[in-house]
Amino acid sequence: MAIIEMKNLWKEYGDQVVLERLNATVQEGEFVTIVGASGCGKTTFLKMLLGTEEATRGEMLLDGQPLPPEPDDSRGVVFQRYSVLSHLTALDNVMLGGELQSNRWLGISFGKQRRKLRKEALAMLESVGLDQAADKYPHELSGGMQQRLALAQALIKKPRILLLDEPFGALDPGIRSDMHKLVLSLWKEQKLTVFMITHDINEGFYLGTRLWVFDKPRLDPQAPGAYGACVTYDLPVGDCQTGTLTSINESVDNTSRAIDRF
Amino acid sequence: MKKFINRRPASAASWALGMLPFVLLLIAYMLASDARLAENPNDKLLPALDTFVQAIDRMAFEPSKRTGEYLMLNDTLASLQRLAIGVGISALVAVMVGIGNGTIPLIRATFSPLVTGLSLVPPMAILPVLFIVFGLGELAKVMLIIIGITPFMIRDLQQRALEIPAEQIIKMQTLGANTWQIITRLVWPQLMPRLVGVVRLSLGPAWLFLIAAEAIAATEGLGYRIFLVRRYLAMDVILPYVIWITLLAFAIDFILSRYSQWRYPWFHGGKS
Repeated sequence: MAIIEMKNLWKEYGDQVVLERLNATVQEGEFVTIVGASGCGKTTFLKMLLGTEEATRGEMLLDGQPLPPEPDDSRGVVFQRYSVLSHLTALDNVMLGGELQSNRWLGISFGKQRRKLRKEALAMLESVGLDQAADKYPHELSGGMQQRLALAQALIKKPRILLLDEPFGALDPGIRSDMHKLVLSLWKEQKLTVFMITHDINEGFYLGTRLWVFDKPRLDPQAPGAYGACVTYDLPVGDCQTGTLTSINESVDNTSRAIDRF
Repeated sequence: MKKFINRRPASAASWALGMLPFVLLLIAYMLASDARLAENPNDKLLPALDTFVQAIDRMAFEPSKRTGEYLMLNDTLASLQRLAIGVGISALVAVMVGIGNGTIPLIRATFSPLVTGLSLVPPMAILPVLFIVFGLGELAKVMLIIIGITPFMIRDLQQRALEIPAEQIIKMQTLGANTWQIITRLVWPQLMPRLVGVVRLSLGPAWLFLIAAEAIAATEGLGYRIFLVRRYLAMDVILPYVIWITLLAFAIDFILSRYSQWRYPWFHGGKS
């Protein structure tokens, strides 16, 4: 069953076209990585999935229904930064989702409910390897640990789709490959549907089941905003011909140079 | 030899350097005082140190001959009570309006211009209005403090609430939070250390407004006493009172700063 459907989706700001003619269907359990030049609408697309931006034309369906126009608990998200709440310990961050649900007024849980949430949160922290850091505040954790905490916090809500906005962009290469393993294992275990934006095309080819390249097939070098980006490549990962990577790279580089001049 | 800009004092030297201006000021005062008293033993402008001791003893440790009260204690309690009520109410109003304005666009659109406008009214200029409207009692003095410091506290907290990263507000929503929960679990707790910070900043102006109000209409209070004894050129009372007010202000500031570090380690830890 298709979890996300896009039908001729457009996004424009005034006369600047950001995205045009997006048509795609994503099945449950797919892991879509999205690459493309900066300014090609990758983040705008993620915001549309998240509900903080709305399409100007076309429609986006989640489970056959129009996507709610504001963020809610059907979609989890991990940003590059500020994903976890700085005033809560790791454990409280992971318990937060359950607490908000259990008490609609204060968002604080008590007694038996609290012990249950605590147990679940500790198990979740253990699965991302943070059980030793449960009582630490985010500022006491390294960048990689903060992102693992953000994953745990998002996944404990069991969202229909998980959105990752360059979650590993600020991490060291070694930590980054550990995080890849973690994300892949969580994705398999929990049968998640994932959309991940990345700057790194190699990361896009390594992770996931499907690679989208956002690029501008029509590019007016005098007015890069005149035409929008769309999905120029939609490839099953691990099934691409030699030379595809090179040609994607060249095209994306050209676009980013054109955008960068303005 | 390092360049001057790169030379740093060791911690002991740093202390000594910090104390040096205080010691120098004290010595300068004593020299000036001695010089004036040698010329005229009845000079009131720069009293000798033992005159201060007598004045402090008279004001703080002997019951007043007229009323039987300890004047300095009474003055201190009266002033601190006004200060606490004024700053407390201001903090409460500021945190509520600041959160509303900073978090909810519809409220911000409605009230933010009003707050900006009010914060530009010079409080001392409407002091007569306060005395007319609220009489000469406690209320007028507390109101002056409130009117003086609340607008800028609101503006500060509103700004801090706006600085909460959009990512965290979106994150709360993806965890299922409604608007009220975003306030109780994200905005309120994140603004608490900022509130302590803005209260610390507001204490300077709060003392100013308190003393101004007491100078004009009061029957006790630190500011009242200073302005009362001014008529007799009683520098031996005024200067100890000024130093006492300074010490009180320092103590309150110190306690608030320590409280914030103890209570909100995540706020202070993130910066170090």
